[in-house]
Amino acid sequence: MASQIPLVDYLVLGDEPHLIAHECEQCGARYFDHRNACANCSGTSFKTVDIPTEGTVTTFTIVSLAAPGIPVPFVSAIVDCGGTPVRTNLVNVEPDPEHVTLGMKVRLTTFSLGVDSAGVEAIGFGFEPVPSS
Amino acid sequence: MAENAWILGINMTKFGKHPDKDALDLASEAALAALKDAGVTMKDIGVLAYGNLMGGSSGQMLQKQIGQTGIPVFNVANACATGATALRTVILAVKAGEVDFGLAVGVEKLSGAGLLAGGTRKEDEPTWTPHGRFGAVAAIDGRIGTETMPGVFAQIGMEYGYKYGGTSFELFARIAEKNHAHSTLNPLATYSKRMSLEEIMNDVMIAYPNTRPMCSANCDGAAAAVVVSDSKLKTLSLEQRRRAVKIAASVLTTDPWEEGCQVLPNVNTVTRNGARQAYETAGIGPEDLDLVELHDCFATAELVHYDNLMLCEPGGAVDFFNSGAPWRDGRMPVNVSGGLESKGHPIAATGIANVWEICHHLRGEAGDRQIPGAKVGLAHVIGLGSTCGIHILEKSAA
Ligand SMILES: [Zn+2]
Repeated sequence: MASQIPLVDYLVLGDEPHLIAHECEQCGARYFDHRNACANCSGTSFKTVDIPTEGTVTTFTIVSLAAPGIPVPFVSAIVDCGGTPVRTNLVNVEPDPEHVTLGMKVRLTTFSLGVDSAGVEAIGFGFEPVPSS
Repeated sequence: MAENAWILGINMTKFGKHPDKDALDLASEAALAALKDAGVTMKDIGVLAYGNLMGGSSGQMLQKQIGQTGIPVFNVANACATGATALRTVILAVKAGEVDFGLAVGVEKLSGAGLLAGGTRKEDEPTWTPHGRFGAVAAIDGRIGTETMPGVFAQIGMEYGYKYGGTSFELFARIAEKNHAHSTLNPLATYSKRMSLEEIMNDVMIAYPNTRPMCSANCDGAAAAVVVSDSKLKTLSLEQRRRAVKIAASVLTTDPWEEGCQVLPNVNTVTRNGARQAYETAGIGPEDLDLVELHDCFATAELVHYDNLMLCEPGGAVDFFNSGAPWRDGRMPVNVSGGLESKGHPIAATGIANVWEICHHLRGEAGDRQIPGAKVGLAHVIGLGSTCGIHILEKSAA
């Protein structure tokens, strides 16, 4: 009985949660959404690849005004995970430009989004700062 | 040999709040004024292209106000590039030799529209059920990054800073300071108030580093242009030929695939490709431009387009700005209209209104904000998704 479900189907739960992508077998382009074909080479065969769980923040914004129902402020970012850009929120960090910086090292983390009426818990993901050792 | 095409008449309405006018009132006002400016009537026009992205009015509805002549209408939608797309559409028809005259119209009613895109987050469903192309069990805007325009374009500007360095909150605010200063000379701008750097930085934060005056202003407005073929123009009066503006390049591009372009929109390559095509077609380089109106939907966007339009060396946008070049008295004036941040951004009108601004200078009719002796200008828009529209315009030799 599945008691957990990921927020999106490219998040794999379990002991070592991670993201996966569809990689074009012809050209290597990577996608997170369902594919009809490759936008780069029009190839139609894809394999599933694991995305590294650590990466570098290549850009971010701190959103203070969002659509109604979305808690603000939050940090939206693109994280370069071993050459694959990933869109994410940055979590477990103060949402201000003193604590969030370009080039910072971050890692994947997961958290509960709540339990539905059937008792299933949805799990979301974000990236958090890697503590300096 | 395809026909050359010229702007024969062009107009933009006052941008701002027009509570007593609907989209058709504004579109009619701009279209009738553009026809008058051209010295022609609806009976001369062979094709109409019309854009009203958020409003749902159509070219046929405009015809029912100003002239139902039975000509073909193209209702176009291309996000913020809708106006440029309408113009491009009639230029195609003219260059193909199918018509002598075409009319392009863009209009929007956006005063008080608030934050565009994103909408309201839907309530979570009673059971987690995967939907859509990511198999998402709940709305992802705000949970997996942002879908709002201020946030997306903030990231586009910050990404430039990551690649090349030199950016800061203050730098982006200074770009907005320039455009607000320029707007004081534009009586048709939505906002024409000079703002200090402190006022801009201390205003309401929307998506860091973009505060409210660093975002394009929602407003009402319309713009329209009459396009004429080279061969037809030769038969018109000296006055018409003298005020006609040559369309030296009209280019639309879409974003080619690059790694990450479906994660964060890449407005850089689409613009660079458009610029390269436009310069090649016009037979000029960026150094030949006397003024540029580029798509500063956010202050963070203006920075990257200095580079994308090749107004500076690759990676040199920060130095370019800091040199004072894009101020109206600099060596490459950018957004002397005040840009989208102060002139305003009535979406479908924008891609014609920026051409109007350039034409105004090339005709020597820009009044207090005239760039002296302007002969060549470039107008650029981006529609996220993405489309780039570029028009290079040249003063008539007549
Ligand atoms: Zn491929």
